[in-house]
Amino acid sequence: MMHFEFHVEGGNFTKAGAASSQLKKILKQLNVDPKIIKRIVVALYEAEVNVVAHAFQGDIFIDIDTEKIGIKLVDQGPGIADIELAMQKGYSTASSSVREMGFGAGMGLPNIKNNSDELKITSEVNVGTTVEFVTYLNQ
Amino acid sequence: MKIKEVVELLNAKVVSGQALLDAEVEYCFASDLMSDVLTVETDNLLLLTGLANLQTIRTSEMSDISKIIFVRKKKATDEMIRLAAENEMILIECDYSMFKTSGILYKSGLKPVY
Repeated sequence: MMHFEFHVEGGNFTKAGAASSQLKKILKQLNVDPKIIKRIVVALYEAEVNVVAHAFQGDIFIDIDTEKIGIKLVDQGPGIADIELAMQKGYSTASSSVREMGFGAGMGLPNIKNNSDELKITSEVNVGTTVEFVTYLNQ
Repeated sequence: MKIKEVVELLNAKVVSGQALLDAEVEYCFASDLMSDVLTVETDNLLLLTGLANLQTIRTSEMSDISKIIFVRKKKATDEMIRLAAENEMILIECDYSMFKTSGILYKSGLKPVY
């Protein structure tokens, strides 16, 4: 069992992806199948970009065992009023600066869902959002 | 097709990762939207994009893409080149539009992912 934590700064696009990059290096060292690595880091990267794009700050908690990897992102920010709506492809509240970075087209949460085996989102408006997902390593 | 043939066809400039000039490429995907790039599952992909910022490199890193062409005269910054070198990527700058670049590469045999 391995545990890692990363801090994410809201609004700082130069650092967005730093945690995903670290995790990719760790999973490579653990000899995880490259296809599974891609699923995991794409999901985490989308989630990390979401924190940078929408929240003030957030923390990432990662637990890896021999069967699966569990990732939890807890942010302090505006929260999501309607999670079902946010899950729809094409729905976005992203600012123009986020769109200039190549994101904000309403694809992030659906992309996380596609690249994980279990996904749970809880949110409180004006407090923050927690995104948890699990990906199995042997498929 | 070898990357160096792609560079010749496009009259383009390699700004990082010369070591990959002899690498083969079969598929190409053109997009400015990184979330769309992140949905592509094809391996050994050449990315054509008009989005030149750090997230282009990060997105490629997560997607296992090591070959990027910037179209519409977009330039890679020093920070992008540094991150690309760290991840063993080749970065190519091209003065043509996305449409012209895509047309030339399609005609020359590069395949679409869908």
